[in-house]
Amino acid sequence: MKPLVIANKTFHSRLFTGTGKFSSSLLMEEALLASGSELVTVALKRVDTQNPNDDILKHLAHPQFNLLPNTSGVRNAKEAVFAAQMAREALETHWLKLEIHPDPKYLLPDPVETLKAAEELVKLGFIVLPYIHADPVLCKRLEEVGVAAVMPLGSVIGSNKGLQTKDFLQIIIEQSKVPVVVDAGIGAPSHAAAALEMGADAVLVNTAIAVSEQPVPMAKAFKLAVEAGRMAYEAKLAQPKNFAEPSSPLTSFLD
Amino acid sequence: MSSFKEIFNSHTWSEVQQSISSKTVKDVEHALQKEKRDIEDFKALISPAAEAYLEQMAQLSHLLTQKRFGKTMQMYAPMYLSNECQNICTYCAFSLDNKIKRKTLSDAEIIQEAEAIKAMGYDHILLVTGEANQSVGVPYLKHAIQLLRPYFSNISIEVQPLEQAEYEVLRQEGLHTVLVYQETYHQENYKTHHPKGKKSNFYYRLETPDRLGKAAIYKIGLGILIGLEDWRTDSFFTALHLNYLEKTYWQTKYSISFPRLRPIELAKEDGQHIQPASQYISDKQLVQLICAYRIFNEEVELSLSTRESETFRNHSLKLGITSMSAGSKTNPGGYSVEPQSLEQFEISDERSPKEIAHIIKQQGYEPVWKDWDKILS
Repeated sequence: MKPLVIANKTFHSRLFTGTGKFSSSLLMEEALLASGSELVTVALKRVDTQNPNDDILKHLAHPQFNLLPNTSGVRNAKEAVFAAQMAREALETHWLKLEIHPDPKYLLPDPVETLKAAEELVKLGFIVLPYIHADPVLCKRLEEVGVAAVMPLGSVIGSNKGLQTKDFLQIIIEQSKVPVVVDAGIGAPSHAAAALEMGADAVLVNTAIAVSEQPVPMAKAFKLAVEAGRMAYEAKLAQPKNFAEPSSPLTSFLD
Repeated sequence: MSSFKEIFNSHTWSEVQQSISSKTVKDVEHALQKEKRDIEDFKALISPAAEAYLEQMAQLSHLLTQKRFGKTMQMYAPMYLSNECQNICTYCAFSLDNKIKRKTLSDAEIIQEAEAIKAMGYDHILLVTGEANQSVGVPYLKHAIQLLRPYFSNISIEVQPLEQAEYEVLRQEGLHTVLVYQETYHQENYKTHHPKGKKSNFYYRLETPDRLGKAAIYKIGLGILIGLEDWRTDSFFTALHLNYLEKTYWQTKYSISFPRLRPIELAKEDGQHIQPASQYISDKQLVQLICAYRIFNEEVELSLSTRESETFRNHSLKLGITSMSAGSKTNPGGYSVEPQSLEQFEISDERSPKEIAHIIKQQGYEPVWKDWDKILS
């Protein structure tokens, strides 16, 4: 399988993971290790960066886990840029999952503020991965301002409803020059496999693993599904056909 | 769009009460099967007809809560800054006519209490006062937040209703959440429960969440004091208020609390002790109410204080509750400065935060101490 490269960094796993909602930090650690994930997002508001023994960060201290701090909690571009700078300083990484969701109910991303913040953060030297609606035009605009990847949602975050935005994800995948990471809504390994089969470069999964009865085997299941989906994509999937292939073709008389 | 006052005035208490009690088993089943529930479904879920569906409601509430909030429980502690109050509230130990020793914490005492609370592991704090604008007005609150900001990531208040501009001032100092309970939506009886003081103005209180929304406060906590009036009808109005607020101030988070009346020490001049709680809610009904809120609104935070018993709290943390206090003191200075002073209400669960955290973990949940950062506000 081809490794994934984002901003000159190579990932062998195409499963990115979240750190929220787990019943303990230890279980989070075990599940993330089982997932094979190499990029792990963590909410700045959940960690105490002043505390060297922070429970979450302590359990993420493995060489294979690259931290992807996120800006969850900010309501606009200004707050996002400020939080990003704090995250960079505290966690010593330029990588950033930019998420601006002023709507605390459905946590839907604000496209206007996200574009504004992305532009500024790229100029400040961040490697920006913005969480956005599955909006193909917005993805192109973000690409133009220099984001490292785009992270369109599959469905409402935490909903486990899968790829409800499939038609738009397909356009995004077709048009994008930067990696496409399907984020939010992936509730089952089959959803993750479907995203990879479609040509998504990676998926980000949190709720479906964390809230599962058994997060460790579930993480493993996602790992396998992502690998299967990618492998199938690279092997070129057989396309379902909308027309029949008759044994006596109508145009055979031309041969 | 109509204001909440208009929406509120388009309902009458007795019609709502009648409508809830006429909900049938069919209405309950319909509400449970739907994917998205409306306010009529909420009525069905809190109706007597739903009592037979309690286990089903609990299962659904449990699943929906885990989906949204994960296996976590947010922890917070109240800090009572003052028991001075110019209001008469018939159910409250801090009522103006209650002859108790009044106390407002000084700067040094606030710091001393903060250190005691911090040592218990807390990072989210709720500041509580009575309503005494001379001693605990906006300048006092502003100063208290300034003092406490270095200690806590997340600061909430539960104080007298303020003006929009005043909330804005406090938000700029780092205030995150404001809890303001209507106590009851029964307009006529509201006056009986709150005969004197600024609090007796029903509509000023009713429109406080609007001022909070306009002031861009991050989270607004709603609730009623269960036991003052018919809890079902009062809860309907709370849900109606929540619906209105979510649509109007869509950038704001919301939480609901479930304070129910508990015995208080009321040393009246004539030595008489008042026993309110004429509209008592049973444990079973409180579970029904918690589950009904969750099934009605998957995103709203639900909070349970130490007013509730150990057994109730042990079991209800899986049913839909998302935040809890523990080891609370409801008297100013109660943690360290003056532990023996009169409490606002007797807490029922006296276990320490450590013990509660242990119970939470035992049940397969992670106690969350920090879920906000100073840099965000």
